[in-house]
Amino acid sequence: MSLLQLADVSVSIGQVALLDRISLSVGKGEILGLVGESGSGKSLTALAAMGLLPLIGGRITGGAVAFDGQDMAAMTEVQRRSLRGRRIGFVSQNPMTALDPVTRIGAQIDVVSRLHLGLTRAQARARTVDLLTQLRIPEAATVAEAWPHQLSGGMKQRIVIAMALAGDPDLIIADEPTTALDVTVQAQIIQILGALVRERGLALLLITHDMGVVAQLCDRVAVLYAGRLAEEGPTAPIFAAPGHPYTRALIGCIPTEGMAKGALQGIPGTVPGALAFPSGCRFHPRCPQAQALCRAEAPQGNPACHFPGGADV
Amino acid sequence: MSDLLSVTGLTKRFQSGGGLFQRPRAMMAVREVSFTLARGEVLGVVGESGCGKSTLARLVLRLIEPTGGELRFDGTDLRALSPAALRKMRQRMAMVFQDPYSSLDPRFTLAQILAEPFAVQGQTPPDPGAMLETVGLPATMAQSHPHQLSGGQRQRVGIARALALSPDLVVLDEPTASLDVSIQAQIVALLTRLRQDRGLTYLFISHDLGLVRYFCDRVLVMYLGAVVEVLPRADAPPRHPYTAALQASAFVPDPAQRRTLAALTGEIPSPFDLPPGCAFAGRCPRASDLCRTRRPALDQGPHPVACFHPLKD
Amino acid sequence: MNFPVMKAFRHPIPALSALWLVLVILAAILADLSPYDYDIQALSEAYRSPSAAHWLGTDEFGRDLLTRLIHGARTSLSVSVTAIAISVACGMALGAAAAWFGGWFDRAVTVTVDLTWSFPEILIALILVAIIGPGTTGTMVAIAVAYLAQFTRLTRAQILTLKGETFIEAARSLGAGNTHILTRHLLPNALAPVLVSAMLATGDAIILEATLGFFGLGAQPPVPSWGGMMSAGSALIFKAPWIIIFPGLMVAVTVVAINLAGDALVASLDIKAKLRGPI
Repeated sequence: MSLLQLADVSVSIGQVALLDRISLSVGKGEILGLVGESGSGKSLTALAAMGLLPLIGGRITGGAVAFDGQDMAAMTEVQRRSLRGRRIGFVSQNPMTALDPVTRIGAQIDVVSRLHLGLTRAQARARTVDLLTQLRIPEAATVAEAWPHQLSGGMKQRIVIAMALAGDPDLIIADEPTTALDVTVQAQIIQILGALVRERGLALLLITHDMGVVAQLCDRVAVLYAGRLAEEGPTAPIFAAPGHPYTRALIGCIPTEGMAKGALQGIPGTVPGALAFPSGCRFHPRCPQAQALCRAEAPQGNPACHFPGGADV
Repeated sequence: MSDLLSVTGLTKRFQSGGGLFQRPRAMMAVREVSFTLARGEVLGVVGESGCGKSTLARLVLRLIEPTGGELRFDGTDLRALSPAALRKMRQRMAMVFQDPYSSLDPRFTLAQILAEPFAVQGQTPPDPGAMLETVGLPATMAQSHPHQLSGGQRQRVGIARALALSPDLVVLDEPTASLDVSIQAQIVALLTRLRQDRGLTYLFISHDLGLVRYFCDRVLVMYLGAVVEVLPRADAPPRHPYTAALQASAFVPDPAQRRTLAALTGEIPSPFDLPPGCAFAGRCPRASDLCRTRRPALDQGPHPVACFHPLKD
Repeated sequence: MNFPVMKAFRHPIPALSALWLVLVILAAILADLSPYDYDIQALSEAYRSPSAAHWLGTDEFGRDLLTRLIHGARTSLSVSVTAIAISVACGMALGAAAAWFGGWFDRAVTVTVDLTWSFPEILIALILVAIIGPGTTGTMVAIAVAYLAQFTRLTRAQILTLKGETFIEAARSLGAGNTHILTRHLLPNALAPVLVSAMLATGDAIILEATLGFFGLGAQPPVPSWGGMMSAGSALIFKAPWIIIFPGLMVAVTVVAINLAGDALVASLDIKAKLRGPI
């Protein structure tokens, strides 16, 4: 039973179509990795899932977003707002700007559970300290009295995760939660997120550009390219035999042990802008195996490729 | 093979605070770092933020003045050079910076950016188009401004500028840290090709051990200002517990190789307030009482490590 | 012309403001083509209300008001623009030097500038005119000094921010010396915000010049200035109200036009700052 479901969602800002028929679902106890390069439309998909498109002047032009079986478009803005924070928690990319610099850490987390769970001040603080302890923050009660500037980047990101968890949500949407952090701290945060999903039966939509993070953490993966889904499915088979050349290229971008020098080539070119989406398959200008068909016709299906699995032609 | 760069006991002490209400505090950003860099070699420097690797990069080029130690470039004592002689010497050593957004003057065209190295050295600039083409950009871009370029393209311009005067040594300060993995791989492939074509010597600073192992011949591992290990080959197994932890924190893009990440707990101590013994002791699974009281020195074997309880080679 | 700045003037209000400013500037330049002489008295023609012969009427000496307004534009604009230009040049030099050298010099400049900024500009100007003596030169110097603090502070802040940019370090790593970094990177990048602020300050300077003129400290008769004309008209406000109304309108409309055009420029530069593009 999926908790968050996007069915053929298309999104435009003004007259510019940015997302084209995106379908995703995340169930309880499941981690879905949404991957792609900058400009693929990952963050836009997250905004659509939270009903926050109006913030950036965007709108859904087709398809539907359903949360726990309810169509979000049919809800009032008040209902959607109570959904966010209460049932959907959000962890942003930059923990440095996600915290209010003039409010103590604890108070920032307390306010979420007081607002959404109706707790008293004392109950909320007890819950905050409990959450911080679960996130393996030593001396949680002391940290709750600290100011944001007194904490390291990794600590701040854990505070942001605590804020996302404070309303006792069912779904967490995390937008590149570890990109700004050091490697050892990234590993800590990823492990904490994984443990949370398993222990609490949360659903996690993890947005990242790093296939390594997906491989280590996610149950399923959705690969986004230039506003379209390239491929979607369970993590292990997709890594074992990527169907879409873009997926294959993304995996090949990560240097691994024993990789021959010169083997790392990257993906030539850059993600096209929404005003210059190529015809046919949008990946064809960067694809090593593109054929005439790829230029002419947009591939359907999953993987969305005319020659999945790198069929020799 | 002759040493292009030889660094002995390089040290930088920073002072901070010292206003009306604060006692000044000192920190050792770089502590007694020694290494040699042979002509044509690629030496990696890896460590987390705050470990002093970027300071080391700037010390080596005398962009900031060392507090102590010796610095020889191709036999010349860099610290003894007059300002004018040093400016002249800068033709032979160049730097590529981490942030491709702030490292290019927004008012300049690419042609002006690429002419600057020649202008400051009193030389006539050659055709900027050819310089752009060597880094894989179209010559027609010469009249563009940086804001019209993507991050990866800007970094290519940064590399073209660094190579303009045909330097012997190029210091690369996290040149891919702010780029997508797909673009990172492109840039690394470009750097590899340029090195082969021009016989360049690189000092490559990064926080990514996987990337450093892929790209470099030897690797210095830094922790809180000091070198804790020198990997004599890129594929040498780690002997220092910190290097091992860095390696264990890497996200391998293979779901079949999932591991319990985060061997490390705890936070990096403040550089203003270092513990008396080994700086890593507080986070180290192998730490003993000896580690907490005495600071281990880098031994002088074929695979130097600064640890009382190193892992087996 | 295809500068992004031109986009600022595509909307009607900034465009009208710019048009008005062009007209006033043209009037100031071509003042000698005006239909009458500004200083020939014709007492028989005194106190004429606006008519076909004298579009804006005449003053107490029978001089054509429109002619005097046009010549007044020359006085007001040349005094305030020159004053601001001097102020910008000195302020940029001082602010850049303070940011560049730092240390005691920076502290001395900052303290002095903060001190002068804690007095109203009019007070500083009045004191200076009292010292130098009334007239256009005195007014000019007084206005220049009154606005010096603003440009010094702005330039200093700009240069301090720019000094931390990586492209400065990059230039250094190529072997660039101080002169190169100051003249090729720091000052050109600091120039745009200073120029916008200078444009807005010109509006204030016109008011300050008119105020000094009103007190009789500006251009001395018979040379017309907008402030001086208002001063003469203030005694006759019930007998011949046009004598004070038209110069007053002239100051008000011109200053409003400068501010509106300046705001449009600021908006276009903000977009530029986000894109880090050229001016």
